[in-house]
Amino acid sequence: MQPFKYTKTTDVIATTKLLAANTRAKILAGGTNIIDLMKEDVERPDELVDITNISLAEIKINPAGGVSIGAVARNTDTANHQLIRENYPLLTQAILAGASAQIRNMATNGGNLNQRTRCPYFYDVAMPCNKREPGSGCGAFEGENRMQAIFGWSDKCVAVHPSDMCVALAALDAVVIVQGPTGNRSIPFTAYHRLPGDTPEKDNTLNAGEVILSIDIPTNSFQNNSYYLKVRDRSSYAFALISVAAALEISGGNITQARIALGGVAHKPWRTTEAEKYLVGKPANENSFKEAAIIAMKDARPLKHNSYKPMLATRAIARALMQATNGVAKS
Amino acid sequence: MAEIGKPIDRIEAFLKVTGTAKYAAEFNQKNMAYGFPVRATIAKGTISAIDTEAAQKNKGVIKILTHNNAPRLKAIDPQAMQQTGGMLGEQLLAIQENKVSYFGQYIALVIAETYEQARAAAANIKVSYNKEKPAIDLKTEMPNGIMPKQLMGEEAQLNEGKTASILDAGAVKVEQTYTTPNENHHPMEPHATIALWEGADKLLVYDATQGVMGARGIMSYLFSLKPENVQILSPYVGGGFGCKGSQWGHVMLAAMGAKAVNRPVKIAITRQAMQTNVGRRAETEQTVALSSGTDGKLTAMRHHTNTYGNLSDFFEPSGKQTAVLYSAPMREVTYKVTKLNVGTPTFMRAPGETPGTFALESAMDELAHELKMDPIALRVLNHTAEDPIKKHPFSSEYLLDCYKLGADKFGWHNRKALPRQLRNGKQLIGHGMATATYPAIRSAASVKMQMRADGSVTVMSATQDIGTGTYTIMAQTAADALGIPVKMITVKLGDSSLPPAPVSGGSTTAASVNPAVLAAGEMLRNDLMKLAVADTKSKLHARNIAELDVIDGRLFLIDDSSISDLYVNIMRRNKKPMMEVCTTAMPASGSGLGSPQVPCNLAPLKEDENSDEKKYAFHSFGAQFAEVWVDEDFGTIRVKRFVSVHDAGRIMNEKTGRSQIIGGVIYGLGAALMEETIHDKRWANPVTRTLADYHVPVNLDVPPIDVYFIGKPDPHISKIGARGIGEIGITGVAAAVANAVFNATGKRLRDLPLTPDKLLV
Amino acid sequence: MPEQTDNQDLTDDEKSLIQEILSEDESNLTPYGESRRNFLKMAMLTSGGLMAFELSGAQGFFADSLTDSPAPGIIENILRVAFKVNGNKKSLDIDSRMTLLDALRERLQLTGSKKGCDHGQCGACTLLVDGRRVLSCLTLAASCEGKSITTIEGLADNAKLHPMQAAFVKHDGFQCGYCTPGQICSATALIEEAKRGELSYLSTDVRSKAGPLELSDEEIRERMSGNICRCGAYPNIVDAIKEVHSGKDVGQHWQFLHEGNNAFSVGNLMQKGGENAAI
Repeated sequence: MQPFKYTKTTDVIATTKLLAANTRAKILAGGTNIIDLMKEDVERPDELVDITNISLAEIKINPAGGVSIGAVARNTDTANHQLIRENYPLLTQAILAGASAQIRNMATNGGNLNQRTRCPYFYDVAMPCNKREPGSGCGAFEGENRMQAIFGWSDKCVAVHPSDMCVALAALDAVVIVQGPTGNRSIPFTAYHRLPGDTPEKDNTLNAGEVILSIDIPTNSFQNNSYYLKVRDRSSYAFALISVAAALEISGGNITQARIALGGVAHKPWRTTEAEKYLVGKPANENSFKEAAIIAMKDARPLKHNSYKPMLATRAIARALMQATNGVAKS
Repeated sequence: MAEIGKPIDRIEAFLKVTGTAKYAAEFNQKNMAYGFPVRATIAKGTISAIDTEAAQKNKGVIKILTHNNAPRLKAIDPQAMQQTGGMLGEQLLAIQENKVSYFGQYIALVIAETYEQARAAAANIKVSYNKEKPAIDLKTEMPNGIMPKQLMGEEAQLNEGKTASILDAGAVKVEQTYTTPNENHHPMEPHATIALWEGADKLLVYDATQGVMGARGIMSYLFSLKPENVQILSPYVGGGFGCKGSQWGHVMLAAMGAKAVNRPVKIAITRQAMQTNVGRRAETEQTVALSSGTDGKLTAMRHHTNTYGNLSDFFEPSGKQTAVLYSAPMREVTYKVTKLNVGTPTFMRAPGETPGTFALESAMDELAHELKMDPIALRVLNHTAEDPIKKHPFSSEYLLDCYKLGADKFGWHNRKALPRQLRNGKQLIGHGMATATYPAIRSAASVKMQMRADGSVTVMSATQDIGTGTYTIMAQTAADALGIPVKMITVKLGDSSLPPAPVSGGSTTAASVNPAVLAAGEMLRNDLMKLAVADTKSKLHARNIAELDVIDGRLFLIDDSSISDLYVNIMRRNKKPMMEVCTTAMPASGSGLGSPQVPCNLAPLKEDENSDEKKYAFHSFGAQFAEVWVDEDFGTIRVKRFVSVHDAGRIMNEKTGRSQIIGGVIYGLGAALMEETIHDKRWANPVTRTLADYHVPVNLDVPPIDVYFIGKPDPHISKIGARGIGEIGITGVAAAVANAVFNATGKRLRDLPLTPDKLLV
Repeated sequence: MPEQTDNQDLTDDEKSLIQEILSEDESNLTPYGESRRNFLKMAMLTSGGLMAFELSGAQGFFADSLTDSPAPGIIENILRVAFKVNGNKKSLDIDSRMTLLDALRERLQLTGSKKGCDHGQCGACTLLVDGRRVLSCLTLAASCEGKSITTIEGLADNAKLHPMQAAFVKHDGFQCGYCTPGQICSATALIEEAKRGELSYLSTDVRSKAGPLELSDEEIRERMSGNICRCGAYPNIVDAIKEVHSGKDVGQHWQFLHEGNNAFSVGNLMQKGGENAAI
């Protein structure tokens, strides 16, 4: 960890100006990823701007509809907030599927969005990685890539986004509200993270100096029929091989609305809109779900070591939709 | 034996639950500097240049050591080193030359005022290499392998080529190849060393080690010091599992660093370094062939292992159990070993038996399936009561009882003979079992014991408690020997200045140290009795000591307990503030793994303590039973319950003993389900770098585990009759799980770990 | 309930032993005389007996914290941070890079919190900040200004072990002891989280109003999965937590082999099997 100046701010505008003025400065919130990466020498900021004293921790009803969750609210507090439990149980489950209780107590919502991939080639500074060091090559592309992407990758980067929370937010059509030095803007969740293309060093579409204020989730009617399913190498405290955020609106046994997002498959939380469209009007049963899952996997492009992922994802999608149909509780 | 065997709480428990038990890295010294090793980023080649200039300018940096300026260590002489009683984990002296043999090898040491500064400067050192292509793939490198002659001092190859015709003639034959991955020990406490020079010729080292005597031997050798001028302290060790059993580069680096800057230096290695620099279990590819008659009687067994080594002669001895289990009249056990450029393999919990029982006990399950025979019935049919190679009877052996008790407790009779017969929704349910076995080793050990006039007793030995309960069972043994409560006893260990004891590896400690505690206790008790009967003021004056017994520190006549005297009173009357004895207990077969130094060999060998290996074969046995639930869509395996039954002689403490077995089973579940160190095939670097990638079991992975002990004392290992139990618990676990997975799914998985993707194929 | 140390007392022998040992060097430890006595008494009652006088550990417990600052000019980005540790105010001049874990271990000599991985992957460094369990290896000391930190050293209340500590001793919830402080800190927080009705991934009733929860064994396992124990004490840890959480004595099922113990989780399914006779 290289020397850095520790700065505490209490004001968003001042923070954006600070970040715009010093491109080597980074934000410190929960610290669960940035401190980890700094110890690995992957991140070398010369200044850390601690934003946890900025009043962005509120979780509240959005006057425009839905709920707004503050960027600095902790994951635990978000998952357990009564507004979230009642209105977005999918989000609660997704948050709780991630990391450990200790980490969720520390990690913030903004930090969850901005966490970096856990690709081991990204983490090892002795290895080539275009995300860490543009132009150095992708170690995982022809290397060990069992955990890596099956959608949207390029030969420059095959990393996956590690979040569970973001998978649910993608399914729930959340909107990211960001503040820049010159004003604020909203970014639809599915446009917040990006695919690697030729510039995998950019994880998302934030501009220099921009800070997340909140994540807004619109009202929906998925409360009774949603489920977050995570398949991993051990029972808990592991990143996903595949995860599925599934949400349905069912009327008289038929699906009127569907949302499916996947984790562990791409550089960003992966929405499967074609499969969602297919489900509308179909009966909420195993056949429909299997069909939708096949559609969702249609364009999967597995790598050398992750050819198991499309089959696993197909089954996970069908299972998650069935669980959602049965209700938010586990069967 | 009133105290031995009792499930008492650990005597050091209080210190552990209050955070006051201190581990090696926690003995901070005045004026101490921090060392951070720099690790190679290639796997094979030479260093052409190390640029330390920028790092040297970093604030707080005191000195940077490389092969160009490091203090010189005495060159390796394997024979002379062996005589020190210690063992290098790899035949490599830290930063003495520019050659690189594996990714992560130490190539420099930064010493700075603070840990933060040392770590940052280490990242700023620029190294240039002449790279060579590393050997990394076991399969492609096997043609370069050799068939080694020696395995831990014995013939490595057994009956090579002698089983082929018998196997081919067998009515039923199973031949399969089983593969096990590289694994890493990962005790929760990373290795740490604080080195402190007291002048030029005296060295004090706080070290996380499984063997203080071995560490003393190696350090005195490398730095050309008198052994008595090196003191190793290791009062608490945060787990070992084999990787702290020998000495590795960071210990040398700490002492070199402390010498170079003339200050105490601490090195606590990173979790990333634990993946490469302190040993591992090597990948194996094992081919097992079994043949039998249609009745299931084995006619021959063959077990061939392909594996690798790097900077030592050690290789994973995964054929060991195949030379011990079952009554086949002919068996062949062979090894071929190649070299790979990865961290050097070493002992890891039940070296050999852990991967070896996976192969053999899976093959036995396959044979049972072929024969349409119950897997336990097959094993019972082929049971042997003698070592099939040496033809000696086992010193004490209750394996059949283990099968029976385990089957009973597990409910084996309810198992479905054919696979895929039980399910609960999407979960396929299966049951499997396997035999467990591990050798029982006893070595020489010495113990000093002191009683003070307040009645308190201190028991001292240069042994270690790596979480195994050594503190507690030594106190229990001393309490029985002296007839005093455990609460009056302090145990001191983990200090090389105490009387020597063996390395805490190979399940030797309980079997070796406690006989010495017992001998010392009896000697001290005898001294006190003699004092009493010679004391005119004692009620016991002029009695024969054979007439006396002692309870709660009170000596009394066996025939009339009202005639008595207290230890404390005897000592006070005789103006003895303290009485001390020291003794060595040694099995008849020699000092075994123990240190050759015997400082206080006062006890002559007793005939009845006959553990002569020429007469008996010493092994522990057990049976492992697993129930698994396999998700039929995802291939995820949950072990839902586990029964583990063991015949390991007398159990010294039922509570800590059970914990040992539970721990072994869980270590085995890790090996079965998730543990694997994966290397990039181009650069030979581990891509499983940390505990985020190298998965070990978490709490939710672990089901209720029921442990049962046969508990019959082994009459030949020692008077106490206890064999070690640190390793037997892991053996057979992976096979029991894999056999249960077959029973659940009908899919035979022969490649560990059993990750979900393998069941989806 | 777990053993309550205040229900028991020392024997006369033990009292005099403590007296003897304390009188020798009590003068050196004046500021800690009383707490030292309590510490020893607590140790005596816990079961360890004289092992508590294994002073290498106990001295650390009472040693004056080394608040001496590093020599001036040695550290860049030095900053002063003040926080409470186990109720005591601490003020330190630190490198901005220093984690809370390293500040405790290297500067305050509070080595109870352990470094297992230094990257948030093992939980050995778990402690409580403002009552919540967090990982001190990923917490910058600089960010702790004004906060209240509880470490394993601060859990015991004078002469009484925290019930969770006592339960860990009773159920042998550890072997090597290295992950233990983190496990115990985590477990104490878990109890409070359950009282507040905080959910886990295994919670079945997500949409309900938060209220006190009774946790199943499986829930305890999931909630403790952020604390790795390589010795494999998990089943014992679950027993210890269950005992404190339920307030009821949890039998040590391994000690007595009675028939009810091996009740199968799929007993009803198993009944139908059995075409295969054992042995």
